[in-house]
Amino acid sequence: MLEISELGHRYTDAPVLDDVSLTLAAGRIGCILGPSGCGKTTLLRCIAGFERIEHGEISADGVLLSSANLHVPPEQRRIGMVFQDYALLPHLSAAENVAFALHGRPRRDSRVLALRMLQRVGLERFAERYPHELSGGQQQRVALARALAPEPRLLLMDEPFSNLDVGLRHNLGHEVRELLGQLGTTALVAMHDHHDAFALADDVGVLRRGRLLQWDSAYRLYHRPADRFVADFVGKGVWLEGRVSSASEVETELGAIGGRMDEGLPAGTPVDVLLRPDDVVHDDDSPLQAEVISKQFKGSEFLYELRTASGARLLSSVPSHHDHPVGRPIGIRLQAEHIVVFRRD
Amino acid sequence: MADIGVLAARRPSGARRRAAGGHRGFGIAIGLIALVASAPLLVALSSLFADTGDVWPHLLQYVLPEALGNTLLLASGVALLTMLLGVSLAWFVATCEFPGRRFFNWALLLPMAMPGYVLGFALAAFFEYTGPVQGTWRRLFGDSAPFPDVGAAGASILTLGLVLYPYVYLITRQAFATQGVRALEVAQSCGLSPWRGFRRVALPMARPWIAAGTGLAIMECLADFGTVQLYNYTTFTTAIYRAWYGLFSLNSALQLSLVLVILVLCALLLERRFRGRAQFTAGGRVNPHRLRLSRGRRLAISCYCGAVLFIAFGLPASLIVGWSIDSFAAEFDARYWQFAANSLALASLAAATIGGVALLLAFATRYAPGRVNAALARVATLGYAIPGTVLAVGFFVPVAAASRWLNESPLVSGNGVIALQSGLTVVMLAYLARYLAVAHGPLDSALLRVRSSVEDAARGMGVAGLGLLRRVHLPILKPAIVTALLLVFVDVMKELPITLMTRPFGWDTLAVRVFQLTTEGEWERAALPALAIVLAGLVPVMLLSRRND
Repeated sequence: MLEISELGHRYTDAPVLDDVSLTLAAGRIGCILGPSGCGKTTLLRCIAGFERIEHGEISADGVLLSSANLHVPPEQRRIGMVFQDYALLPHLSAAENVAFALHGRPRRDSRVLALRMLQRVGLERFAERYPHELSGGQQQRVALARALAPEPRLLLMDEPFSNLDVGLRHNLGHEVRELLGQLGTTALVAMHDHHDAFALADDVGVLRRGRLLQWDSAYRLYHRPADRFVADFVGKGVWLEGRVSSASEVETELGAIGGRMDEGLPAGTPVDVLLRPDDVVHDDDSPLQAEVISKQFKGSEFLYELRTASGARLLSSVPSHHDHPVGRPIGIRLQAEHIVVFRRD
Repeated sequence: MADIGVLAARRPSGARRRAAGGHRGFGIAIGLIALVASAPLLVALSSLFADTGDVWPHLLQYVLPEALGNTLLLASGVALLTMLLGVSLAWFVATCEFPGRRFFNWALLLPMAMPGYVLGFALAAFFEYTGPVQGTWRRLFGDSAPFPDVGAAGASILTLGLVLYPYVYLITRQAFATQGVRALEVAQSCGLSPWRGFRRVALPMARPWIAAGTGLAIMECLADFGTVQLYNYTTFTTAIYRAWYGLFSLNSALQLSLVLVILVLCALLLERRFRGRAQFTAGGRVNPHRLRLSRGRRLAISCYCGAVLFIAFGLPASLIVGWSIDSFAAEFDARYWQFAANSLALASLAAATIGGVALLLAFATRYAPGRVNAALARVATLGYAIPGTVLAVGFFVPVAAASRWLNESPLVSGNGVIALQSGLTVVMLAYLARYLAVAHGPLDSALLRVRSSVEDAARGMGVAGLGLLRRVHLPILKPAIVTALLLVFVDVMKELPITLMTRPFGWDTLAVRVFQLTTEGEWERAALPALAIVLAGLVPVMLLSRRND
């Protein structure tokens, strides 16, 4: 549905986007994840047509939209956009804002359609309110309804939850996912929080300094990151020095860690092994002991920061009925189905 | 200039802070200031019942229809021109990229420094029959070729439009800078072309700001005396002047004033209505994205901005500088120093008085809150909308009556004669009414920034009473006090009708001098005093452009 190949864009001299390629199949929700300033907003603006591109191609439904010497103006792309600040028109009511996107149809039709769309996002009672009379979450829904009303071939959302508090963010994430599923809308969302991204998206990409490091399913991104930055960005974890001992085993100071490995590294290669908190399992009977340095209560679990006798620092997530005091040793076991290793330079 | 401060002082009514104790004295102070400020209106109203002999029928038949028609034509022409210039320039500077944008961003405010009567005489001299333009015209096309004539109405509209468009520009630019480009993007993402997006989204979104700026321009235009008098274009302000100084009928002047005040109130109401029902929130941050245009369009925009700036400021300023140099030897003498000293004395005295009263009003509304006091405070600052000619007559009449009453009372009777109306009383009262809002705006918004929690914290540390004022309020208010004093000072320097009509004998100022010389067509000799006024006028422009960068 959406195809981007080798996209390059620069503002003045520093490249903002460099050789970005990705494919998003129809009906799927994609997410561009990255720290602020990585170029994700610019990527969305290029797709929407607000920025011209210097290199590569953007096409949707097989129609070429942007290339180095072709630029379809944004108003002809049929791409809906939810802006980070929602960009509701302050002089129009909620219903008028949605109907605004349905211009060109008879007034009555666009009004009926707008109300139906507001109903879908649960705002039918607020149709006559002005933007400043709505809460942040409600404004977000109006913006979503406005972007979806003309049935765009693609929906873009720029940091849709960044202005909302955590609880609202979670609920709205679910609702948006459900709504987009019902409508069968293809969507690409820019975000900086991997929790939000995993909750919403089918495909996730990590963008860093204008380069797309990996474009993959959320599961693979977390468990099989293609890059150290990706590994650090999509979840907590610590790096442990080690040495490859066989095709499925790495020798570390904590002993051998077994599991599948992607890269066929020859035995003896020095590597860094990624250990996520869920790879370090609490086991009272284990001979391997580590001292609790600090702990965070997360409700259903504790996140323990541990130090082994050899001085290695580990993170472990442990069911919350195992409440161990700081300073005490606890037994742990390394349990990784798949080990993530990168060659140490 | 007067009114930028007024605009800044507008804020949600809920922002009024809670009472810090019952201070009845403050309530009385607010009431007194409001009474003084509204005195001219009350006096004008009372003139309805006064006997004007056969002057009024004469005015009704010969003056009123002309003044009314001319004033309405002038106001609508100036509104249209300021809107056209102000909105287009604001859009280009705020949302487009073109050569010289950073320069034009502040330079387009420069015409504010020039009072209408100064730009007016410079343009008049440049375009008059013996001036350089018509001379060249005749050389090119022969003596009989008719030169296009815009007439007094056209000249007045053009001059005031060029002087007053910065009000619209300044306020609308802010709106476009925060939401202009975004508005176009929203429209485009909804499938509208950029031009339709501008008309259907960007313009309607900026409507409250456009209305506010145009409203200010109309107020200033209705208050203008110097420009229309220069072009001999009869409006209400000149009619009031002539009723007093030509026909010596104070009551007729008052009755004309009443009609003018009604016009002003209509303009105020119209502006409120035009702003619409929806409450608008300014979109905060300035959008860094700018529209990229083709080379040809970028150059066209630069030329347009340059042309406006040249006609409104560059040309008249260089003419005035040139004439000043030519006439320097003849004009720069002891008399010139006397005019300058009078201007400085009046402006300083007015700045000190008005600054003090404005400070009192700001503190009073803070410590004596409540709906009545808030309304009275608004009445007290309403004078910015009342034309100076009205204020001059409106204060002269009651002060003269008070003097007469004093002279007849046993207190004074027999011990000489008191003539308050020939001293500084009337002129200062009129300045106070007209410029209180100018000083009050910055002071009030600065005082709002001292939240009550700050006061409470200081009290908790044992600082109270005068110590609180000295150690907390004054340091925070200092920049605002300087701004307020400067703004009033410059406004009084430029002011014409009040000074002209109510100054004490011998108090000719630079502005009065410019007026007298231009009335006689002595353009070159008027340049030197005008130059001083323009230089003073540059100060608030610099303040404004620094605040907006």
